[in-house]
Amino acid sequence: MITSFLLKSFDRTIVIAVAIILGLALIVPALNLLTAPDHPLHVPTYLVSLFGKYLTYALLALALDLVWGFCGILSLGHAAFFALGGYAMGMYLMRQIGARGSYGNPLLPDFMVFLNWKELPWFWYGFDMFWFAALMVVLVPGLLAFVFGWFAFRSRVNGVYLSIITQAMTFALLLAFFRNDMGFGGNNGLTDFKDILGFNIQAQGTRAALFAASAVALALSLILTSGMVRSKYGKILVGVRDAESRTRFLGYRVEHFKLFAFTVSAMMAGVAGALYVPQVGIINPGEFEPGNSIEVVIWTAVGGRGTLIGPIIGAILVNGGKSIFTAAFPEFWLFALGGLFVLVTLFLPKGIVGTVQAWRAKRKEYRKAAEDEAARGQAVAEPVAAE
Amino acid sequence: MLTRLAYRSLQSLLVTFCLLITVFATDLRAEDDLRAMINALGEGNFSQTAKQVEALAKTGDPKIVPALEALAAGDLYQRKSDKQVFLTKSSGGTLILIDPLSGEEAGTEASGALAKIKVNNSLRRVVRSALGGLTLMSPDAGTRLQAAQTLLRTPSADALEPVETALAAETDARVKLVLERARAAALLVLDRPDDEKKAAIEIIGNAGGQDSLSLLSAALASADDTLKPDIEAAISDIQDRQALWAAGQNVWYGLSLGSVLLLAAIGLAITFGVMGIINMAHGEMVMLGAYTTFVVQEIIRNSYPWLFDWSLAIALPLAFLVTGAVGLAIERGVIRFLYGRPLETLLATWGISLILQQAVRTIFGPTNREVGNPSWMSGAFELGGLTITWNRLWIIVFSLAVFAALLFLLKKTPMGLQMRAVTQNRRMASSMGIRTPWVDALTFALGSGIAGIAGVALSQIDNVSPNLGQGYIIDSFMVVVFGGVGNLWGTLVGAFTLGILNKFLEPYAGAVLGKILVLVLIILFIQKRPRGLFALKGRAVEA
Amino acid sequence: MMNEKKPTSLLYLDGVSVSFDGFKALNSLSFVIEPGELRAIIGPNGAGKTTMMDIITGKTRPDSGEVFFKGDIDLTRRDEAEIAQLGIGRKFQKPTVFESHTVWDNLELALNRKRGVFATLFYRMTLEDNARIEEILSTVRLSNRRNDFAASLSHGQKQWLEIGMLLAQEPELLLVDEPVAGMTDAETAETAILLKEIAKTRSVVVVEHDMGFIRDLGVKVTCLAEGSVLAEGSIDFVSADQKVIENYLGR
Ligand SMILES: Nc1ncnc2c1ncn2[C@@H]1O[C@H](COP(=O)(O)OP(=O)(O)O)[C@@H](O)[C@H]1O
Ligand SMILES: [Mg+2]
Repeated sequence: MITSFLLKSFDRTIVIAVAIILGLALIVPALNLLTAPDHPLHVPTYLVSLFGKYLTYALLALALDLVWGFCGILSLGHAAFFALGGYAMGMYLMRQIGARGSYGNPLLPDFMVFLNWKELPWFWYGFDMFWFAALMVVLVPGLLAFVFGWFAFRSRVNGVYLSIITQAMTFALLLAFFRNDMGFGGNNGLTDFKDILGFNIQAQGTRAALFAASAVALALSLILTSGMVRSKYGKILVGVRDAESRTRFLGYRVEHFKLFAFTVSAMMAGVAGALYVPQVGIINPGEFEPGNSIEVVIWTAVGGRGTLIGPIIGAILVNGGKSIFTAAFPEFWLFALGGLFVLVTLFLPKGIVGTVQAWRAKRKEYRKAAEDEAARGQAVAEPVAAE
Repeated sequence: MLTRLAYRSLQSLLVTFCLLITVFATDLRAEDDLRAMINALGEGNFSQTAKQVEALAKTGDPKIVPALEALAAGDLYQRKSDKQVFLTKSSGGTLILIDPLSGEEAGTEASGALAKIKVNNSLRRVVRSALGGLTLMSPDAGTRLQAAQTLLRTPSADALEPVETALAAETDARVKLVLERARAAALLVLDRPDDEKKAAIEIIGNAGGQDSLSLLSAALASADDTLKPDIEAAISDIQDRQALWAAGQNVWYGLSLGSVLLLAAIGLAITFGVMGIINMAHGEMVMLGAYTTFVVQEIIRNSYPWLFDWSLAIALPLAFLVTGAVGLAIERGVIRFLYGRPLETLLATWGISLILQQAVRTIFGPTNREVGNPSWMSGAFELGGLTITWNRLWIIVFSLAVFAALLFLLKKTPMGLQMRAVTQNRRMASSMGIRTPWVDALTFALGSGIAGIAGVALSQIDNVSPNLGQGYIIDSFMVVVFGGVGNLWGTLVGAFTLGILNKFLEPYAGAVLGKILVLVLIILFIQKRPRGLFALKGRAVEA
Repeated sequence: MMNEKKPTSLLYLDGVSVSFDGFKALNSLSFVIEPGELRAIIGPNGAGKTTMMDIITGKTRPDSGEVFFKGDIDLTRRDEAEIAQLGIGRKFQKPTVFESHTVWDNLELALNRKRGVFATLFYRMTLEDNARIEEILSTVRLSNRRNDFAASLSHGQKQWLEIGMLLAQEPELLLVDEPVAGMTDAETAETAILLKEIAKTRSVVVVEHDMGFIRDLGVKVTCLAEGSVLAEGSIDFVSADQKVIENYLGR
């Protein structure tokens, strides 16, 4: 069962993509750790973290693509799932600080001491254990998505209405996490992390390992997503996207199909967030900004929604562009991003990968038509020759 | 104690200031006499000083008020060298002398060169009643009212006599009312028969308000058992009324928030509700309207300051034109290529919103810009137990006016008819000769223009910054979706419902949690009624 | 009279009414379909034919009235997916297929197999399923287009593909809304043959305007107008009915 699922998930593109990603997981850390700083191929540590961040963004975009590109659900809540995963990881990292905080409290994180709290809130229990935090990284976003989706899909909230209420959900979470008494560090969020699994979080080796972990997570997610969308389940998902009522009248419970995709997608977003936080060293409520969710949408759109490698390429391209742009002309970045939104929707609705695929398909068709033509020409020519 | 003193002296300063203006041209000779009498305050023993005070009071001249006040407060000094009497203000080791009549500074002296005019309690009482009498008898009704209110707030047994004298002479109904209450307050602290006290309790109870409440609570502490039930009843009565007013005030705040939501959402009710376009740049239209107001006010401030009270009236049509034009450009340039693709429209308009924000940031800077309130928009007034600010009131009126105008436009004008025709059945409308692309463009421009004039109004109560619109976009969508898409009345009801709901949750949950609760409630509500409060049924909306 | 038929009939509608914003689309509609029956339904535009199908398939809930399937299954309490799984298939007025899937995939999705999330996630094509799809492909004459995207089919071919998908669903009752709208005469004739063939193994309800097509079918006809039954009987009987002439056929 599982093997057939896996077998189906591998086609040529996916194999190549997974190979490249896993290759990066080896090469980049190697170039960082094993070459001297003045070596021409040396990758400095800050770049390792930067690329690692891009990979987590790529994972987030892939997660969004699963629901948007393949199922037509434009979620504007994926930043929230990402942030929740990030907070779960952040809580683990906070607990790891232990007595090394400025207040030296062995149990309470600094911000709680600062707020004069005496006890650890119940929802912080267990986060001193990595496995528990790792579980929460997928469980919390997954549960939120499940509950939210359960209600939303059952009452057939779809299209822009769904987008708007996912945005409202994110906004409500943003407001909530800004509150100090929520117990997540309020405005400042969680930061000043010291180590992860016993390794110094600033250390070069840790950073390389985090990069590799991000790449592996991305590769695994790609295989998972690929398996999902290439199965009959995935075809139904696309059916829901293109003709929801047809799917229903064929007897499929559309809400279950959407709910499953939405939940899996939220979990992937949570994993992305969890890998993001240790690499950037902070998580704060700003991650819930409605604008962030929409930005993920544009990465996906640029790369090509409804394709598997599109969102990965899109996320890396746009964020790479952002890094370069904000360094060179900071005040123009928003113009560029805004323009990207407009231009892509108007002129590149299929995204880069989608457009390339369409172009190749057309060429193939053209060639086939030409071959048919030639074959017919021969068929016509023969009787003439016989005469 | 100290703050009360400071407050008193500030008050009397204010009063004298007013009086100085009205009685500016008094006879200088009379002033010399007064000065002599004031200087005499420094002579003799307590009873002689008391006589002098009474003599001063007889003049009935309000100019002596500061001197008497200072005497009671122990701030009146006599210069040893020439027996002149001064008010003083300490400044480091020395004292600043202040002329008792003119209130002007008259040099400084070391504290050793001055002798304090001593007061005891009986003298103080004489001064207080003289003072009360003086201000209570002032020719200016405002001064009398203030004096009566002061007496009401700080009741004392000696106030009774001047209050009663004043009451007999008082003609102004408002002052009379306060005087009666002040009399009742004085009675409460005096040793009087129960029925008189009961009447007093009733008067104070009826007066209501926080002051009455503290008067009564103070009285309750020292009252005997016969009076206690009356006082308690009066207190709970006041508290009930206060709770009612507080609820009323909440409704008012809710209406005010509702009008803001209505303003923000009403343009969206056209573009999203009627046309089905998801315009994420809607908030930026509001922002552009606010910046138009800012520019208009800047120009007026620099070149035509006398026009300032008209600035909003000038900004309104301009904001409508500016944002309408921007809306037109957006529709023609982008949105028209995306009809039937709502999610793409959402993305493209989000991009436009980023561009507009950044453009405004580049031109006007990232910080808040100052937009002033014209005089008719500032200040507040009391209505029963409610405090109502003018700007909020005008914004409610304005939002309703915009709503009414829009309703009229849609329902009663040819343009409105065409708009509805196009949105209901595009193909049919175009085959009947309506130029649908133009109707689309104009409808969108109209929605944007309305967002712009909403911006003019919102500039009066919100910070005008490039992020202004961001704060409204989610709320606006919530209002339209909650009210029911395609239904203008739904938007109206939705806006005010959400506004009032928000304000009623706030006292229990706090502002932020209240807002979160409202969002959660809306999300749950949409699950129940995906098409909103006033849903249109039908195939058109299913598409 | 109606009640007696309830236990034996395949589909049973009694007194079904529904209104939209005050407009009565169905007005106390009652009729019965027997097992194995092929029934044609005619009526002017807006008569409520599509709305009737919406009610049967669970898309719209009636304001009042009863709808029973196979005697005792109350359809008004179930949703579209459940009703489809019970064995009622529906072809829309506007052909609705999965345009970005191939013809083959369209049929694969329609096959009457387990329809849960996990069942589909781990589904593997069996020889049996393969053969069934081949069979349907030839029934709807699309064998040579099996690997083409549905989007590239002609209008008539899409109609057929949709009918093929319904066959794959193996319903006991098939509701077909205007199957020949926009078809050429040849296609129309072939569709009539196809439907008659299908009706051999199951009940079919066809809504159609095309009187020639109805004659080709040669079955019992129900005429709807303004949301209720105007006349019922053979095509000749119905087309001679005075009310039908006034309301529908004209003159
Ligand atoms: N969901 C709906 N909302 C509003 N009106 C509807 C809806 N469904 C059907 N109607 C109305 O009910 C009437 C019957 O429509 P329909 O069943 O499509 O007719 P037919 O298929 O016989 O042409 C029409 O006037 C149509 O406008
Ligand atoms: Mg119809």
